[in-house]
Amino acid sequence: MATKSFNHPFVDKVQQRGLLAGACGVVLLFIVGFADSQQFFQSYLVSYIYWLVISLGCLGLLMLHHLVSGRWGFVIRRLLESGARTLWLMAVLFIPIALLGMHHLYEWTHADVVAKDPILTFKKPYLNETGFYIRAVVYFALWLLWMFLLTKWSREQDETGEPGLKRRMINLSGPGIPMFILTVTFAATDWVMSLEPHWFSTIYGLIFVIGGALGAMALCILWVIKLKDVEVYREVDAFKYLADLGTLMFAFTCLWAYVSFSQFLITWSGNLAEEAPWYIRRSHGGWQYVGTALIIFHFFLPFFLLLQRAIKRRAALMMVIAFFMLFMRYVDLYYFITPAFVHGGASGLYRYVADVLTFVSIGGLWLGFFAMQLKGVPLMPLHDPRMAETFAGEGH
Amino acid sequence: MAENLYGLLAEFDGPDELLKAAKDAYADGYRKMDAYSPMPIHDLSESMGYDKHRVPIIVLICALLGASSGFGLQYWVSVIDYPLNVGGRPLLSWPSFIPVTFELGVLFSAFGALIGMLILNGLPRPYHPVFNVPNFERASGDGFFLCIEAEDSKFDISETRAFLESLKAKKVDDVEP
Repeated sequence: MATKSFNHPFVDKVQQRGLLAGACGVVLLFIVGFADSQQFFQSYLVSYIYWLVISLGCLGLLMLHHLVSGRWGFVIRRLLESGARTLWLMAVLFIPIALLGMHHLYEWTHADVVAKDPILTFKKPYLNETGFYIRAVVYFALWLLWMFLLTKWSREQDETGEPGLKRRMINLSGPGIPMFILTVTFAATDWVMSLEPHWFSTIYGLIFVIGGALGAMALCILWVIKLKDVEVYREVDAFKYLADLGTLMFAFTCLWAYVSFSQFLITWSGNLAEEAPWYIRRSHGGWQYVGTALIIFHFFLPFFLLLQRAIKRRAALMMVIAFFMLFMRYVDLYYFITPAFVHGGASGLYRYVADVLTFVSIGGLWLGFFAMQLKGVPLMPLHDPRMAETFAGEGH
Repeated sequence: MAENLYGLLAEFDGPDELLKAAKDAYADGYRKMDAYSPMPIHDLSESMGYDKHRVPIIVLICALLGASSGFGLQYWVSVIDYPLNVGGRPLLSWPSFIPVTFELGVLFSAFGALIGMLILNGLPRPYHPVFNVPNFERASGDGFFLCIEAEDSKFDISETRAFLESLKAKKVDDVEP
C-alpha cells in the first residue's frame, strides 16, 4: 500500500515559515512586553486561547472519531493527531501567563481588591492563586496523557498492525470525552471567565468545546485541500469526503450559534445585576457592531453557504469558507475576552500591533510544530482494522 | 399486445453489472428507465440522469414559512392581541421569540422534506406494473433489475430487447401494464 511516511513541499514550507515567523515574533514580542506588559498580556491571552482551543478541538474530534468511526475521520485522523500534539507547545506557552501575566490579567489575584469585594471574598476558596496553579497542572496533565497515549498507540498500530490497539484507543476515548468537556469547562472558567470574576455562565465551557471543534474542522479542511496530491489521499479520493467534512463544519457552526444564543437568552431573560453587565459591556462602545457581525458572519453566512452540497464539493470555495471561519473564530474570542479589560491596556495602533504580533508568533509556532508532527508519519492510518471495513463498501 | 407493454425488465448479476448497464443505456440515449436493487448503489441514480434535486428547495421554502409563521404567531399574540407587561420588557421581546421560531422552522422543514419526497417520488403507489414479472420480488433480496419503459422515445420492443441482452442481462422479461 502506501509509503511509510510522506513528504510534501507544502508541509516543509509551513514548517519553515511557521517556525521563522514564530521566532521573529517572539523577539519582537519581548520589546512589546517591556514597553507595555499590561497590553502584552491582554493580547497574548487572546492569541494563546485561540490556538489552544484549536489544539483541544483536535483532541476532542480525535476521541470522537475513535468512538463513532466513519470515513471522514480516517482521512483527517493524522491531522487531528498532529493538532493534538501541539498541546506540548501550548503547555510551554502557558508558562508566561501563569508566572508573569496573572496579576496583569486577573483582578482576583490582588488581595486588596478581594478584601474589599464581598463577592470575590466569597469566591476565594475557588478563585485563588494556589488553586489556579494546581488546576492548570491537572488540566494539562490530563490532556497530555490522553493525547500521548492516543497518538502513541496510533503510531504502534501503523508499525505492528496489532488489532487489540483499536480496542484500547476506543476504551480510552470513552472516558476521555467527559474528562475533556469537564476540564475544558473548568479551564475556560479559570483562564477566561474569571477575567470578569463577578459574572458566571454555566454553558461557557461548552462554547469553547464547540468553538474548538469548529476551528479544528476548518483547519483540517484547509489541509485536506492542500495535500490532495499526496498518494494516500489520491488512493481513497480524499476529495470525496470534503462534503462530509463541510457538513461537520456546518453542524459545529449551528451548535456554536445554539450555545452562544442560549447563553444570551438566559442572561437576557434573567435580567439580573450580576449577569447582565457582561452583555452590556459587549453592546456598547463599538462592541455592538462586533456582536452583530458575529451573528451574521459566524452563523448566517456560513449556515446558508454550507447548506448547499454543490458548494461543499468545490475545493476553492471550501478553502475560502474554512479560512473565513478560522478568522471568525478569532473575532468571536476577541469579543469574549477583550471587552473584559476595562482598565489598562494601550489604545489605538499599539494595541493592534500587540494583537497581531502575538497572533502571528503563537500561530507561527503552532503551525510549524504541527507540520513537524505531521511530517514523520504516514498521512493515513496504515493498519486500522476498521478502515478496511469502512472503505470497502463504497456504497453508503 | 406489444403496444401495451409497460416496458422491458432486465435482470443483472450484481450491483456493478447493473451500474454499468444503466450507464450504457443512458449513453445509448434511453431516458425513461429505472433501476431496482436490494441496496443503495453509489452513483446509480446519477448515472441515469437523475441529478436534479428538488427536495432541498421545498425544504428551504417550508423552513422560511415555518420560521416566519412561528415569529408571526408570537408577534400577533404578545404585541397585538394580548399585550402583557412581563417584567418591564418590551412587547416585542425578540430574543425570547427565537426558540419557537427555530422549532417551527425545523418542524415545517421536516414535513416539507418527507411530504415533498413522497410527492416527487409519486408515493404512495399501490400498483406498479413491474410486479407483474414473477421474479421481481427478488429486487428486495438478491435481484438487480433495470427497466426500460415503453414510453421512452427510443423504445422498440425488439431493438431494446436486443440491446438489453447485449448488456449481458441474465434474463429479459416483458412487463405487462
